[in-house]
Amino acid sequence: MSKGFNSSLDVVNCQRFLRLYTMIIRRSLLERQLTLQSRRYYSSVETVVTLPSGLKYRQPIGLFIANGFDVSTDGKKLTTYDPRSGRPIASVFSAGSADVNNAVQSARLALGPWRTTPGTERGILLHNLSRLIEDHKDILGSIEAFDTGKSADTAMSEDIQECINVTRYYAGWADKIHGYSIQPFTEKFAYTLHEPFGVCALIVPWNYPLMLAIWKLAPAVAAGNTVVLKTSELTPLSSLYLGNLITEAGFPQGVVNILSGDGDTGAALALHCGISKISFTGSAATGRKIMQAAASNLVPVTLELGGKSAAIIFEDADLEQAVKWCYSGIMSNSGQMCSATSRILIQETIYKKFVEMFKSYTIHRMSMGPLDHGPQISDAQLKKVLQYVRLGIEEGANLVYGGEEMDVPGYFMLPTIFSDARDHMKIVQEEVFGPVVVMDSFATSSDAIRRANSSEYGLASAVFTKSITEAVNTAQKLDVGMVWVNSSQDSDFRVPFGGFKMSGFGQELGEYAMKNYWRPKAVHLNLGISL
Amino acid sequence: MSASSSVPLSQKFKLPNGVEYEQPLGLFINGEFVTGKEGKAFEVINPSTGKLAGMVHEATAVDVDLAVDAAETAFYDGPWSKMSSADRGHLLLKLADLFEENLTILASIEAFDNGKAIQLAKGDIGACIGCLRYYGGWADKIHGKVIETSPESFNYTKQEPIGVCGQIIPWNFPLLMWAWKIGPAIACGNTVVLKTAEQTPLGGLYAAKLCKEAGFPPGVINILSGFGRTAGAAIASHMKIHKVAFTGSTPVGRQIMKAAAESNLKKVTLELGGKSPNIVFEDADIDRAVEWINFGIYYNAGQCCCAGSRIYVQETIYDKVIDAFKRRAQANVVGNPFDEATFQGAQVSEAQYNRIMAYVELGKKEGATVEVGGERHGSEGYFIKPTVFSNVTEDMRIMQEEIFGPVCAIAKFKNLEDVIQKGNSTAYGLASAVHTRSLNTAVEVANRLRAGTVWVNCYNSLHWALPFGGYGESGIGRELGKEALRNYTQVKTVNINLS
Repeated sequence: MSKGFNSSLDVVNCQRFLRLYTMIIRRSLLERQLTLQSRRYYSSVETVVTLPSGLKYRQPIGLFIANGFDVSTDGKKLTTYDPRSGRPIASVFSAGSADVNNAVQSARLALGPWRTTPGTERGILLHNLSRLIEDHKDILGSIEAFDTGKSADTAMSEDIQECINVTRYYAGWADKIHGYSIQPFTEKFAYTLHEPFGVCALIVPWNYPLMLAIWKLAPAVAAGNTVVLKTSELTPLSSLYLGNLITEAGFPQGVVNILSGDGDTGAALALHCGISKISFTGSAATGRKIMQAAASNLVPVTLELGGKSAAIIFEDADLEQAVKWCYSGIMSNSGQMCSATSRILIQETIYKKFVEMFKSYTIHRMSMGPLDHGPQISDAQLKKVLQYVRLGIEEGANLVYGGEEMDVPGYFMLPTIFSDARDHMKIVQEEVFGPVVVMDSFATSSDAIRRANSSEYGLASAVFTKSITEAVNTAQKLDVGMVWVNSSQDSDFRVPFGGFKMSGFGQELGEYAMKNYWRPKAVHLNLGISL
Repeated sequence: MSASSSVPLSQKFKLPNGVEYEQPLGLFINGEFVTGKEGKAFEVINPSTGKLAGMVHEATAVDVDLAVDAAETAFYDGPWSKMSSADRGHLLLKLADLFEENLTILASIEAFDNGKAIQLAKGDIGACIGCLRYYGGWADKIHGKVIETSPESFNYTKQEPIGVCGQIIPWNFPLLMWAWKIGPAIACGNTVVLKTAEQTPLGGLYAAKLCKEAGFPPGVINILSGFGRTAGAAIASHMKIHKVAFTGSTPVGRQIMKAAAESNLKKVTLELGGKSPNIVFEDADIDRAVEWINFGIYYNAGQCCCAGSRIYVQETIYDKVIDAFKRRAQANVVGNPFDEATFQGAQVSEAQYNRIMAYVELGKKEGATVEVGGERHGSEGYFIKPTVFSNVTEDMRIMQEEIFGPVCAIAKFKNLEDVIQKGNSTAYGLASAVHTRSLNTAVEVANRLRAGTVWVNCYNSLHWALPFGGYGESGIGRELGKEALRNYTQVKTVNINLS
């Protein structure tokens, strides 16, 4: 080991110790936490990862069950790669069905005490977690960036900041879950209890690994459920790191369990008879399988699936702003966003102008930072996206810009623009999940709405216009779960997020997400009805 | 009152339990501690000894004007006006954390200034923390509605803050009332000018220091020490204050409402007095019921607006309950607030002491029987022995009027109809309780009592998530819970014509 290795580790450990110390002082009233130690940081089930910045940190690689990291029963591991170089980062233990069983059992054991823990206390633990994520923001952002290929700045300021906000937001909901009292008539009094489901299986994708995990975990735990989180095999690292913070925040053993694994792990979890609720984010194809698995035990499901969301540009729109929003609406996160506005419908009077402006803006952005939009997550994803590009050309769409892999290490491709992409084409109908946008013109607003709604998906839409009537009317008529007016992708943790049609059901974020994680129980009191 | 020239803006205090801290003494206006413009100061008396504890600066109408100007500027122009709801909530969460870090100091100040037992004072601060954190969580969860009428129009409502809120709080729970008022007002995005009670200014000033530490922008929270007839009256009649929230006596509540009506029709929330019934049915667990009636009246030395001061016991168990209750009342540890074993500390002031003792004399004159207590405890300070009056009839003043001390009236009742009629017989309607093992009795009594709170098999069991407020002359509006957000928002309807 070099000298540098030791000293940078010492810096990290020292900061960690100081944070822990400060936190224990700060939370001294919560005696439960005083017993917490950071020993999990020094578990044998970990490896040292060197980040691109040169900083080294201890990365847990075990399965996080009952606040501890364990090896998988069969010793199986999976390897995660840096999409910017294609090189392996670390190998982590992958959960088999025996491990899934252990995690579910752990969550079931925790359930009894957890669901009766007062909401205020559940909220305090989530507040603690929010603070810890904030304290570890830099390292979490760096891990996320390394594992997904997105820039560290973006990962910190968007993904991890969102994790902090969402955790704090749902901490506030934990003691604001209200049932109703209902008095139908004098002799009958009734009330409803909003009770947690039990053990929730949370299955999340690789595009926003920690953020989407938190979108599910925070409301689920706030409502009194215990959870088994299964991360994507492409991006397991940040959630494993979160495991340490779960323990440090003071969550009782088994409330949060985190498994790395592939689709088989997900299937074992979805089919497990010990779970009472599934929340899944990912592709529509996998969503269908999840729902079929859920049907075997009749477990309720929340699905956040794909999309082919349309942006509609009316002729009165601020075109410069529309171009910028639409560019980030499809190119940011390398186009790997379920709600990406990947179709742009442009009023015919401004169609040519808009396409030209979009192309110029793309060239400008590429000149500022050719790799800013980030790589695709994997070689397989890159190949799949490029295959769609070839298909688009074959189908007769007009390639305006890009369409090629970039000649750099990693899985980078050029932002890609198609114009004259007709509704029947596969690149207009299917989700590409890459930096590929298709454009076409429309004549009237009813034409635009009809075509925007022609997709089997219904996740989101964006409308660009200065007219309030056009904005409100179009928003009303679009068959989608979210409409952005004069923006795209600027979701907010206070505002629900979710889709119609094959984009899924059940809303995440906002107050609505709480409804995914409690179910009402009606209690009838007979105050004098005699038989 | 005296000249403030000799009174510093802060001073080192050493409390009887050894806690030493720097006590702010100025008025907290626009983020700074300042002296009053008229140069006045007033005495703070330690109710456990009757001796002078210190002097604080006094706010008069001119200081209220300054505080309102600061609050108005903060509301319309400052960083507060542009702050996101989540950031607003985050400041309240930080304030809750600071209360937690300063729990010992804050509880000690309360015990010193109010005379309440330190164990209860700690409970008060715990509830402050819970309340502030709870409303920190509400800040970004206040939703308007979208209301569909016809395809030709689009309509939505917004829950907007009101503006500068005047808040006037009492001396019985100086910091808890502070938190109940500040929490929802701030969560909703208002700015506040809060006047503490002249008997207990110290805790509010220390909390003001914590507001600054938490990072609230100047002018968002202004804390004034002062008297009702000057500073309080100025708040109630101020033309730039658009909401006034008052907790205190019913007569003063009436004046506040009049002043609001005569000035600018500001919105009013009132949390006033009570003469709450505590009802024990023959099927109750008597031991437990006695614990709760004891706690219901003697908690906080009886200085609770919701105190269970009228105790109705079913005639079949009356003698048994009286016996047990007498023993229980005499077992209460009365005395030095800083003794950890103390349950009942001092009454807050000499005036309150005299008022309570006058009611005790009145009760005797009216023909009620003193079962226990009825006299001073100890030789210094304002302590009164837990007092039980029996043989009290409905027409006696000690049965109808709020005494606000450790004095209760017990009477018998025959059956449910009888006790509902008796329970509802005062002009007040703040709280009530019923002790029974019967589901039907519990729910029926809870349904029929005209009171804002009904406790079943417990008493004084407040929680920040549960709305609290009165029927009848006990007040207007509800504090705590989601309900309190209504006190501090106004609805704006936006109707957009689309055709």
